[in-house]
Amino acid sequence: MNILLDDAPALVVVLPLIIAAIIAFIPSSRLAWFITIVTLVFHLLLSFELFQSFSSFGTIIYEFGNWPPPWGISFKLDGVNIGLQLLFSAFVLVTSIYSRKIFLSEIDPEDSGKAYSLWLLAIGSLNGIILTNDIFNLFVFLEISALSSISLISLGAGTNRKALLAAFNYLVIGAIGATFYVIGVGFAYAMTGTLNMNDLIIQLSQYSEGQLAIFAGMSFMLIGLMVKSAVFPLHLWLPPAYSYAPSAVSTLFAALATKAILIFFVRILYEVFSIYNGYLEIFLDYILLPLSLIAIFVGTIIAIYQNDIKKLLAYSSIAQIGYITLAFSINDNSGVLAGFVHIFNHALIKGGLFMAVGYLAISLNDRVTLESIEGYGQKYPITSYALLICGLSLIGLPLTNGFISKLYIFQALYSNEMFLTIGLVALSSALAVIYFWKIVEKLFFSSKGYEAKTEDPAIYIPIWIIAISIIYFGIFSSSIIEFSSIASESLILGGSN
Amino acid sequence: MVSGLFIIITSQNYIKKIVGLAIFQTSVFVFFVSLAKIIDGTAPILNSINNVYSNPLPHVLILTAIVVGVATSALGLAIVLQIYKNYGSVEENEIKKEELKENS
Repeated sequence: MNILLDDAPALVVVLPLIIAAIIAFIPSSRLAWFITIVTLVFHLLLSFELFQSFSSFGTIIYEFGNWPPPWGISFKLDGVNIGLQLLFSAFVLVTSIYSRKIFLSEIDPEDSGKAYSLWLLAIGSLNGIILTNDIFNLFVFLEISALSSISLISLGAGTNRKALLAAFNYLVIGAIGATFYVIGVGFAYAMTGTLNMNDLIIQLSQYSEGQLAIFAGMSFMLIGLMVKSAVFPLHLWLPPAYSYAPSAVSTLFAALATKAILIFFVRILYEVFSIYNGYLEIFLDYILLPLSLIAIFVGTIIAIYQNDIKKLLAYSSIAQIGYITLAFSINDNSGVLAGFVHIFNHALIKGGLFMAVGYLAISLNDRVTLESIEGYGQKYPITSYALLICGLSLIGLPLTNGFISKLYIFQALYSNEMFLTIGLVALSSALAVIYFWKIVEKLFFSSKGYEAKTEDPAIYIPIWIIAISIIYFGIFSSSIIEFSSIASESLILGGSN
Repeated sequence: MVSGLFIIITSQNYIKKIVGLAIFQTSVFVFFVSLAKIIDGTAPILNSINNVYSNPLPHVLILTAIVVGVATSALGLAIVLQIYKNYGSVEENEIKKEELKENS
């Protein structure tokens, strides 16, 4: 057991990748699902162990093959990623339990075993993105996660052939983004001769005035990561990809994939390039802040006009990513804290919403549109009420965790005296009520009197776990705030010295 | 590099887009390899004659990136094949036309 614990940082990434290779050869989809669940339970235990050893010993740096950092690849678990790692592990387990019935009805039964192989590949590589401390290693994980998610999205072609076009678009745009990132890595490597992030900080400090090559490299890297995390206006791949993928897949990606990349994005911004304060401020104030505000409005307004509910949720994701980047663009502790709080909360909210809509989709056996769900609040009450809770949290009603993140975003904006932005954010929250109300109206206020049908506990239990944790973290929010403040402090204070 | 991007943006044919992507990626690989070049450098083999050698690390990085690039192209072509089976075309404008017909 001790050996396992020593290598736990590597195992949380390597374990899903190895099991993925084994599962690809298992013919029975039930067995494949069972192995996936066992693997993820083990994964959660490892993450929990890591979390405990972090809280007693502090930052963990894991060196692969015992090569010391500037030469070898290393993983780093510090305040920034430890909380997300734990949430990620727990959330993935819940989603995988839920995914079984969805995969069975949305994709070919023969393929559903192999889908778990891709599923685990995506999980392993997203974990790698969260943990890695090496900028080139990140590119490799970025591509593994992109390729496995593209394959998963294209599996949606069983129900709608547009999934293929969505997958192809994501492939091309994603590959351009990743290549931009590699160009940036090339510039950084040419100037510093290192790929390790800690070493990069030290090496960059000798160019404290800033060379043109470093700024060029920085811009390439940031733009590449912005494509991958779907920051407006580089978001065009996201809505079709989320809305035509199998529902379980949309859940995983909406909740976690963009978040993992955003975590790395802020790391690059505040940890590695923090010495170039002038450049950073220009980037944050004149690029990231306006883009986030536009993203919030464009995402919300397009969502209002959507008829297809999965598309509506995808556009609202763009608005929510806008809120996160808006919080991160406030260059101080309170802003980054608000950003982390919203990353945690939005992962739960969007995950829950996609899960509930996914269940409606398989029971309809068609696209979920506003007309087709009329009266479904009476037909499937258990799922519909979970959807209602998640949706109210998305708007930011008190007693839900969405309220907590809105509160922290407002606080951060207020303490920096950005009153115009406060007004705009408040207005956009009001607009969010419109699109969510359209769903509620169709679900619950309909003259069609359906009788309540029995619902599948294998599906509604995972959804309700998410819904209850939304309320739990809305009332007892201190644990999320604590995670986030550890994260923001180690990012802001750790980066400056 | 720019020509690769240009092909991706302007061409209507999905296979041509994949080719453009490959050109774009390859140009970045060449950029990395050019970083490693040292004048009069040889292969990094430890012996008594040659003391000047090219930096091997970018080559190794690019070896990884090439593998990623191959996988991307292969997956892209596989998806294009499926698109062709489902739509009967790999031209973007023809597929868009068909989508419009479907919606109306």
